[in-house]
Amino acid sequence: MLILSDKMKKRKIIEFSIEKLLLASSLISILTTGGIIIVLTIEGVAFFKEVSVIDFLTDTEWTPLFTQKHFGILPLLSGTILTSFIAIAVALPIGLSIAVFLSEYSSVRFRELIKPVLELLAAVPTVIYGFFALIVVTPFLQKLIPGMSSFNSLSAGLVMGIMIIPYVSSLSQDALLAVPSSLREASYGMGATRLQTSVKVMIPAASSGIIVSVILAISRAVGETMIVAIAAGQQPRLTLNPLVPVETITAYIVQVSLGDVPHGSLEYRTIFAAGITLFVFTLILNNISYWFKRKYQEKYE
Amino acid sequence: MISAEKEILPILNQQELYTVEPTHLHVASSDIVETIDVNVFYGDFHALKDVNLAIKKNSVTALIGPSGCGKTTFLRLLNRMNDYIPSHMVRGKVLINGVDIYRDKIEIEQLRKEVGMVFQKPNPFPKSIFENVAYGLRIQGIKDKHLIHERVINAIQQVGLWNEVKDNLRKNALALSGGQQQRVCIARTLAVEPDIILMDEPTSALDPISTSRIEELILQLKQKYTIIIVTHNMQQASRISDTTAFFYLGELIEVGKTTDIFTNPRNERTERYITGRFG
Ligand SMILES: Nc1ncnc2c1ncn2[C@@H]1O[C@H](COP(=O)(O)OP(=O)(O)OP(=O)(O)O)[C@@H](O)[C@H]1O
Ligand SMILES: [Mg+2]
Repeated sequence: MLILSDKMKKRKIIEFSIEKLLLASSLISILTTGGIIIVLTIEGVAFFKEVSVIDFLTDTEWTPLFTQKHFGILPLLSGTILTSFIAIAVALPIGLSIAVFLSEYSSVRFRELIKPVLELLAAVPTVIYGFFALIVVTPFLQKLIPGMSSFNSLSAGLVMGIMIIPYVSSLSQDALLAVPSSLREASYGMGATRLQTSVKVMIPAASSGIIVSVILAISRAVGETMIVAIAAGQQPRLTLNPLVPVETITAYIVQVSLGDVPHGSLEYRTIFAAGITLFVFTLILNNISYWFKRKYQEKYE
Repeated sequence: MISAEKEILPILNQQELYTVEPTHLHVASSDIVETIDVNVFYGDFHALKDVNLAIKKNSVTALIGPSGCGKTTFLRLLNRMNDYIPSHMVRGKVLINGVDIYRDKIEIEQLRKEVGMVFQKPNPFPKSIFENVAYGLRIQGIKDKHLIHERVINAIQQVGLWNEVKDNLRKNALALSGGQQQRVCIARTLAVEPDIILMDEPTSALDPISTSRIEELILQLKQKYTIIIVTHNMQQASRISDTTAFFYLGELIEVGKTTDIFTNPRNERTERYITGRFG
């Protein structure tokens, strides 16, 4: 009896400490998120005391490190949107085709085989993609498009598009496979081909999942740093021309973080202003995806 | 009716047809479906054993038998719906309008336009009622708006759904009741004007009123179509079918006029099954 209760005591202590450990680790992640938001807000408020929100949103130049200072976020925002747009223009058609092929055409065996290969695309370190864009894709494109700069949003966007293919393909494939197979059978039973079944029944029925996958891929592209920092250049410029150097929000943050601006200065605080913009941007994307989901569900339920 | 399009039999197959043994030439007979020594396997599992069954045009044939005896397998044999199951294998002949659908070169899409299918659970597409019924026409590439409109309305009227849905044809079909959904699915099949309609327990998910509606519908459809229906409901089989086929453990045990099967079965196992004394 004595031995048993000793054992039980020990077990209780272990269980108690494990429980507290788990609690602590979940607290850490909550505290970190909270900390980020607090720091962003404090530094952001400090920034917007010196720079008006209107200037920040409407000024078409971003030159905080020059003597003639401008704090317009638009050039960084346009750089981010441009590279992300190019990326998704690559990843959506390719990723969706892969998803349709794997869910509607290929055998289960091949599907299982190809999955890890595809996921490898997202696992390659982005610095490698960056250099690939800079020293392979750009020189190649320069042969086709004379006058293209060595730093440009086109090759950065293209390569980033390849990187985010698995985000589109994997989630879209899940969405397609989640469509009840009774719909697939109904379509085949009417004499539809595989292609007709995919395009007219499966993709529409899976559209909410596909849209969510695309938005996730866009979020990933918006937050991507290395590829654009290396291959797109570091010149904030309000343009939609994909052949000239631009700078994205993320690339700017890296540039300033690595530089030697003094802590607490206005230049230093621009990082947080840019960070807030990125944060809000991602938040909006999340809300759009949420809205799409809701709209779709209302329509089909 | 686009009769040229409806021809299963591609010209190039006619020649092959005449080289087949004469006993297998059934173009002129009124048997629209005939299976000859058909065996079906799922991998090693022998699901249908030497099934010989002939089905007359414009008749209703009920397939009955205990669960797992191969009724669905037989039904899906007739429009090659099991082609997507990798382990599925067929031996023997399945003649539809005299064409061996497993050996002759046929277009599977064309086959399925002529041999339509209604499933156990209503499975309308997440589209409007109109688009559901128009689906088969659209995938055939028919663009003529008037023709599509006419055929869709016609099909909806045939299934007796017109008065219920005429004001909201643009409504999502998934918003209808189960019985209405099943009738949309039947209308969808009728719109492409098949010869044969396969129904796999089409009323098993429905309430009694919807069920009797669909039974009435089947009796009407007999005028124009040949219907093969799987059912677990003996009353249903006797109410609607002309011919009944009893399957047991993959074998076709007995087939005959429904009245005969139900009043005077020749096989003891048939009798035990229809009287509900089956283990
Ligand atoms: N895809 C498959 N792979 C392997 N075996 C299968 C497959 N489909 C059916 N079978 C087997 O074939 C046999 C016949 O199945 P089938 O679905 O034709 O029966 P059924 O008569 O329609 O039964 P129920 O009345 O329950 O619908 C069953 O034993 C079943 O387990
Ligand atoms: Mg069945």
